[in-house]
Amino acid sequence: MTDARFAAEYEGPLLEVSDVKTYFETDRGLVRSVDGVSFTLERGKTIGIVGESGCGKTVLSRSIMGLLPRRGLVRQGSIRFEGNELIHLTPKEMRAYWGSQLAMIFQDPMTSLNPVMKIGKQITESIREHLDVDKDFAYELAENLLRSVRIPEPARRLREYPHQLSGGMRQRVCIAVALAAGPKLLFADEPTTALDVTVQAQVLDLMAQQQSERFMAMVLITHDLGVVAGRADEIAVMYAGRIVEKAPTSVLFRDMKMPYTQALLSSIPKLADESHVRLATIPGRPPDLVNPPKGCKFAPRCAYVQDRCKEEEPPLTPSTSPGHEFRCWFPVGTPEGEAALERNKQKGLRATEALVAADTVET
Amino acid sequence: MAGSGTAHLRPDGEAMLRVEHLVVEFPVGRTGLKVNAVSDLSFDIVEGETVGLVGESGCGKSTTGRAVIQLPPPVSGSVKLDGVELTDLHGEALRQVRPRMQMIFQDPISSLNPRRRVRDIVAEGLEIWEIGDEQSRAAKVEEVLETVGIDPANGGRRPHEFSGGQCQRISIARALVTEPKLIICDEPVSALDVSVQAQIINLLGDMREKYGLALVFIAHDLAVVKNVSDRVLVMYLGKFCELGPPDVMYANPAHPYTAALLLAIPVPDPEIRPDSEQILAGELPSPMNPPSGCRFRTRCPKAQDICAEQEPEVREIRPQQWVACHFPVEPGETLDFASAVT
Amino acid sequence: MPAPPTDGPRDDGRDVLVQPASEALLAPERDGPVVEGDLVAAAATDTHASTRALGLGAKLAMGWMGLMIVLAVFAPLLPVGDPEKTITLDPPCPKVQTLGRTLEVCEITGLGPFADDGTAPGYLLGGDGNGRSMLARLVYGTQSSLAVATGAVLFGMLIGGSLGLIAGYFGGRVDTILTGFFNVLLSIPAIILALALVAFLSQQSAKGGQASGLPRVVILILAIGVVAVPLLGRITRASALQWSQREFVLAAKAQGAKHARIMVREVLPNVLPAMFSIALLGIAVAIVAEGALAILGVGVQPPTASWGNIIAIDRSFLTSGSPHVVIEPAILIFLTVLSLNYLGDVVRARFDVREAGI
Repeated sequence: MTDARFAAEYEGPLLEVSDVKTYFETDRGLVRSVDGVSFTLERGKTIGIVGESGCGKTVLSRSIMGLLPRRGLVRQGSIRFEGNELIHLTPKEMRAYWGSQLAMIFQDPMTSLNPVMKIGKQITESIREHLDVDKDFAYELAENLLRSVRIPEPARRLREYPHQLSGGMRQRVCIAVALAAGPKLLFADEPTTALDVTVQAQVLDLMAQQQSERFMAMVLITHDLGVVAGRADEIAVMYAGRIVEKAPTSVLFRDMKMPYTQALLSSIPKLADESHVRLATIPGRPPDLVNPPKGCKFAPRCAYVQDRCKEEEPPLTPSTSPGHEFRCWFPVGTPEGEAALERNKQKGLRATEALVAADTVET
Repeated sequence: MAGSGTAHLRPDGEAMLRVEHLVVEFPVGRTGLKVNAVSDLSFDIVEGETVGLVGESGCGKSTTGRAVIQLPPPVSGSVKLDGVELTDLHGEALRQVRPRMQMIFQDPISSLNPRRRVRDIVAEGLEIWEIGDEQSRAAKVEEVLETVGIDPANGGRRPHEFSGGQCQRISIARALVTEPKLIICDEPVSALDVSVQAQIINLLGDMREKYGLALVFIAHDLAVVKNVSDRVLVMYLGKFCELGPPDVMYANPAHPYTAALLLAIPVPDPEIRPDSEQILAGELPSPMNPPSGCRFRTRCPKAQDICAEQEPEVREIRPQQWVACHFPVEPGETLDFASAVT
Repeated sequence: MPAPPTDGPRDDGRDVLVQPASEALLAPERDGPVVEGDLVAAAATDTHASTRALGLGAKLAMGWMGLMIVLAVFAPLLPVGDPEKTITLDPPCPKVQTLGRTLEVCEITGLGPFADDGTAPGYLLGGDGNGRSMLARLVYGTQSSLAVATGAVLFGMLIGGSLGLIAGYFGGRVDTILTGFFNVLLSIPAIILALALVAFLSQQSAKGGQASGLPRVVILILAIGVVAVPLLGRITRASALQWSQREFVLAAKAQGAKHARIMVREVLPNVLPAMFSIALLGIAVAIVAEGALAILGVGVQPPTASWGNIIAIDRSFLTSGSPHVVIEPAILIFLTVLSLNYLGDVVRARFDVREAGI
């Protein structure tokens, strides 16, 4: 399907998300799932969105895709894809984008595939929705597609049902379906969380290869900092519906400023660590998105927290490195931050102890 | 890899749990075929020790854990707890040893009865065994809940009112209440957020110290397993691959499969770029019809003819490190897994 | 919400009960294998479910069933008159033949508090073919219809539920045998099975106990109850099968709990909502079944009234000028069956929300 909107070469960034808010009206009040998120994504690049469950990363991606249930939904801000505003489009209008411009793969390949429909039919349907080709040609395309996602014996696989494939194979099929109409932007929502490590490595590798071959941009959503470290050009860490730190990947890992990012990283057991070391933890739980705390949303769980944090919410502040922004009054690795941590250590604050009790990773 | 043998077992009597030649098979419908879930696996645990069982899904690690507690019992092989052969016990005799070995499951939601109060869930073990009177039971439940970090005041609530991490704590409390010596932890943290995962791992470590527990820790995350385990056993398609203390084994994996697992772990460090050649290629063979000889040979870059003919025996390659492989990996050797599968 | 800093184990999270939060509730936030957010949402959903006001339909259905139960229980205390008192008229009326009996047409007096010709004492809902008060007949009919239906379903639940629970919990050969038994029962047409059972039981009880033989109501309860066994049994089995595979059942086994204890304490409480929802539908079906048996002449025996036999006895009047004799009980059956079906759905929906929440 060709459309005048997509024909012209657009010079700007592929995706510009600015101040996107996504709220849900519920009996309990307004749930602020995504509360003012902005980022831009260039063609062929990958942004990793990282956070714990409930931080709004999935809602953000679905909000950009226009895939959220409309009942009680409040969406504000601007989502520009190749310069076209998407936020006000109806699902019917979004259909022109889905598949051919934006595509998505999900965590659980079994639920995104239809269990009673053969693989071949599912892929060819997706192809024929976007391309005006006959059935035989679509099957040929599907076979090539499966081959390109490194599925052995693709012709036989096309005649099989999803349950006859292993988890890794199913996710490859989902990738094939998502790639069928050649999207410019792929959303991958925890694409490998349900898979074994070796299969995860295979699938991530495949995605990276397809991405570079097709010059496709990707939004990689995960809770695993390890997954994005090697795969994303830029990382945005989300907490309670906001981006709390955003930086090019190498900068983020070298010079993280936000205590939350630090805590998240240090709570992961590392292969290099000795066994039986005590892990750093983040005490408490993420805030209620109906009544979030007044100041910094992370303050109640933060090792660096000071009185100011509980009163005033820090804005997204640029750091010295280009492209690095964070929300914190007492950033990690700065004199103010170290002083705050020291004070809390002396006070015996639980969050600080939880972080420091373990041999904290160097920051 | 993927071999058998018992050379790595410590002398009888030293080990608290001794599993020898464990075989678990499941029939597939009425086809006459069977899934070889665990094939001739042996390992042992001394008191207070944690053994990590790792491998990909389908390698038989969970089945092994369940076979140890005889739910269901293995097809053949021996499971000895404190010298008592569990596979010989049935009915009431088997029931009598149950409180000494407990289990914690992966899914904190599925493993707690949604219609019972947390207090009753934890007290169940005491009630089954009629330990103490009502008052002392309540006191014990309170104590255990307190230990795992659940406010006993919330004991009247039902599981769905707690978060996943808290439910996992409740599961741990339930397992601890009968004061077992051995707990099988079946992927207890893989369903949790990283920050919560760290809390549960720390808690298990504390409980281990406090109660002198021996743990079988089943997981697919090698970093998690390293953190909690004294020794790690790597399995592939129901077979033994490698066993050793994690600090030694992770530094110099002797089994190509162990090496593949270690290489596949995403490292939270952008400087380390994943190398596609070092990613284990191919698919797990069907456990209904496993490859002859070494079961890993179909995906192994070092496989030779002998690997198809002869199953490797477990041998000690370095002190404390045991491997079942004809051609163990040399320290510093790079493996090209991509070329192994054509 | 912040965790109040408390002492205790070094790590965190203790004491903080889930505060209902998270978008997971509305948006499918399926982060990873990670369940925290979902659980939080679950708590929220559940809270709503338990406090959510009932819809108008559910209220009406509950109101109707409440009314029916009051009528059934307090029938003798209500000012509805004697259901068996017959008014004879003078002069005699034309006779008609129906069901092998001879009736006088004008006994079926008109609707309304006054008799149409001023000769008969007026009944609120008119009279029946024997000149008895329809109101009284219907109220007492409610009593026997509900008693038969409820009793039959309780019997079915007790037997079918127990067998289904056993089949679902043990699985394997036990399941094969019990499911086979259910299937055999199901393969016999329900009405024929019930008829045969009524005939058999009446004969047996008449043989054994003369005057002390089983009352007809009990015979009907048993007959319809046996028909309900496989239906309730299969529903219970399916639900028990599913719940028995949950890990808390394995955990109970690992703790050394005996089978009976696991079935009663762990599985049954989770299966009950499904059973209850089906039982409500079952009562509706049983009411209709009793009616069907009455039409075949083996229902509740006159002079005792039931909704079914009110219709059965005077069904010829449907076309001969006094249709109210049939229409009134039919309306009661219709509204009751509708209410029960609706309530069954309500129970199921609540149950589903709870399940989804967990």
